[in-house]
Amino acid sequence: MKHDHKTEEAADRRKMSGAEIVVQALTDQGVKHIFGYPGGSILPIFDEIYQQDKVRHILVRHEQAAGHAAEGYARTTGKVGVMLVTSGPGVTNAVTPLQDALLDSVPLVCVSGQVSTTLIGSDAFQEADTVSITRPCTKHNWLVKDVNDLSRIIHEAFYIARSGRPGPVLVDIPKNVQFAYGIYTEPKSITPRMSYQPQLDGETQAINCAVNLLCAARKPVIYSGGGVINSGADAVHLLRELVNIGNFPITSTLMGLGAYPASKENWLGMLGMHGTYEANMAMHDCDVMLAVGARFDDRITGRLDAFSPDAKIIHIDIDPSSINKNVHVDVPIVGDVAHILKDMIARFRIICPNIKQPDRNVWWRQINTWRARRSLAYRNNADVIMPQYAIERLYALTKDHKPYLTTEVGQHQMWTAQYFGFDEPNHWMTSGGLGTMGYGFPAAIGVQIARPDDLVVCVAGDASIQMNIQELSTAIQYDVPVKIFILNNHYMGMVRQWQQLLHGNRLSHSYMEALPDFVRLAEAYGAVGIRCSKPEELDDKIRQMIVCDGPVLFDCCVVSLENCFPMIPSGRAHNEMLLSDEATNEMMADAINVQGRLLV
Amino acid sequence: MNTKNSGLDSAYLIESDNNPTEIHTLSVLVDNEPGVLARVIGLFSGRGYNIESLTVSETEAEQHLSRITIVTCSTPHIITQIRHQLKRIVPVHEVIDLHMYARELKQDVPIERELALVKVIAEGALRIEVLHMAEAFHARVVDATINHFVFEITGKSSKLKKFIAVMRPLGLAEICRTGVAAMNRGANEI
Repeated sequence: MKHDHKTEEAADRRKMSGAEIVVQALTDQGVKHIFGYPGGSILPIFDEIYQQDKVRHILVRHEQAAGHAAEGYARTTGKVGVMLVTSGPGVTNAVTPLQDALLDSVPLVCVSGQVSTTLIGSDAFQEADTVSITRPCTKHNWLVKDVNDLSRIIHEAFYIARSGRPGPVLVDIPKNVQFAYGIYTEPKSITPRMSYQPQLDGETQAINCAVNLLCAARKPVIYSGGGVINSGADAVHLLRELVNIGNFPITSTLMGLGAYPASKENWLGMLGMHGTYEANMAMHDCDVMLAVGARFDDRITGRLDAFSPDAKIIHIDIDPSSINKNVHVDVPIVGDVAHILKDMIARFRIICPNIKQPDRNVWWRQINTWRARRSLAYRNNADVIMPQYAIERLYALTKDHKPYLTTEVGQHQMWTAQYFGFDEPNHWMTSGGLGTMGYGFPAAIGVQIARPDDLVVCVAGDASIQMNIQELSTAIQYDVPVKIFILNNHYMGMVRQWQQLLHGNRLSHSYMEALPDFVRLAEAYGAVGIRCSKPEELDDKIRQMIVCDGPVLFDCCVVSLENCFPMIPSGRAHNEMLLSDEATNEMMADAINVQGRLLV
Repeated sequence: MNTKNSGLDSAYLIESDNNPTEIHTLSVLVDNEPGVLARVIGLFSGRGYNIESLTVSETEAEQHLSRITIVTCSTPHIITQIRHQLKRIVPVHEVIDLHMYARELKQDVPIERELALVKVIAEGALRIEVLHMAEAFHARVVDATINHFVFEITGKSSKLKKFIAVMRPLGLAEICRTGVAAMNRGANEI
């Protein structure tokens, strides 16, 4: 930002229009790309964007896609994603990505247009009560009624979005405020508000207690989550160091994949509902659990009263409300993951050489017997592509490119999490908390905008890709060479799997009739379409996709009725997993009991 | 057992916590800005928490601070959650569980007071009885005609409830209550 210093100085305390203030504030916040869609109440800001070249606007084809693109951009860069929408329908379409970002702790600023202050409350054209609609799906939101508050609010919005537990915020700006003239204040002249001061350092006593527990543990396990990646590169580095120091087994949530390399020996694979046998068994049998930046979500814990029955649980989280929310923890440590891990490692180095560490070979031997169960094994087929095989081949053929992966939501998402190895953070973008179908493709566009020279792949299903398929037009317009890899099984696979498990295999509305011809659909937009239905052709066609320099829609026709295993059926414990080779029809029918039926 | 809320019917069912519920009073210090009350009560409805009583007014005009007093009834675990969730709201400065704080100070319960306006329609001989009862409760007459009284009564909620119960057969016509205002005893400030 050094080269901008002069303009910044000139900007501070200068009078400008509200629309100019918005663009100046974005520039001063270091924003290079924003995603949006114009409309009546946001036109002055779009006019301002037209007259400058510091902030590049990417025009999407639906406001929901603007939000997911901004989320993808944020998660791959660690910076705040920005979306720009108009009032009324523009905002209501933005609600889904805002809630998505809230549940997955993604820093996102949404700037929305609003009808003029004089019209608010009159049911004006394209009026909606934006701050009320978005209050529960943002970390904080503002309606700006005075142009002189505008720059302060935007700077505060960025600060709140990225600090503490990151999340989405929304700034609603009436049209007359965009036209009005007011004083611009630059970021460094803003004093942070007293009521919002996230705690970064953990309490020393708790840290010491945690290290003592970890040193003395016979059967320890580290359970890491998205918070490690959100905390940044330092946290990721420190987590890896901690694993090395203590030779700890480590598993991770869906959101945390990549924080610890999947290719390393201590990696147990993902845990939870579709996690590996070894990860879930280690969680169940451990004596000390270190939860880092994870929130004991119901996809992770399974049946709560049988969750890790013998474990002392240490929980590091920046959000005090995550502590003891679902699971009682013994040693809570509130603060930023990087700060706390740094202190823990320092403490480790002091005390661990001085105490006799218990023998952990027994524990590792146990883990290796669980690994030998090969819970991700599947029966391959020479005539038809198995979805697991497709992901394995996609991984094998793309890994040298260090690709960035996004997914939609469903079976393909779980298979990607299971069979694609992630060795680095910020390479994996998926909708975890909200489970938003339609997330993956726009998110991939956002990632590719941030990383124009890298390989970006969106793994999709035939159902979820259709939720934001219109973004092919955006990809073409901006030369975004995203590769969409559809595992096409002609079903909403996960819905069908649950219907098989829970509803007597009555497949109510989960069959995708009248699917488009994806190859011709791609061509209609000006993209490249590739179809593959034979296992022996898969490698060549994936290579063909990789070398293509434009967007590709890859229709990978896979076997129809494959289920996603292993699985902890709802209402069951970690040690009651259903494995693919045990899953007979009778097992499937009885897997979920009456109580589990009520769960999601 | 690591969990305190092992739900039988849902993984989310925090209500299935079988611990006994307690009544706690929370003092929430907030920036007095538009929408702040909506954020607080939206949190309660959105997460399924109870509000037994709610009082709010600006208390520090210069610093634009308001004090919201919420009486809630829940298990201790959920009350802790409510406190943390409230603290996540950006304009919330401080959340104090007055009952927990009273325990820390080795006191019984915080001071809690409520005001009510009670309109009673009464004529003839009944008026004497009404006035006698009001006197016994230290209720003040703030308005009267020959066929009605409006009483102002201040005290613990239980006292107000009793007064209202007494007035009901004597011609009770209208009630308005402020909700609970509360603070801890002693010289400590929050």
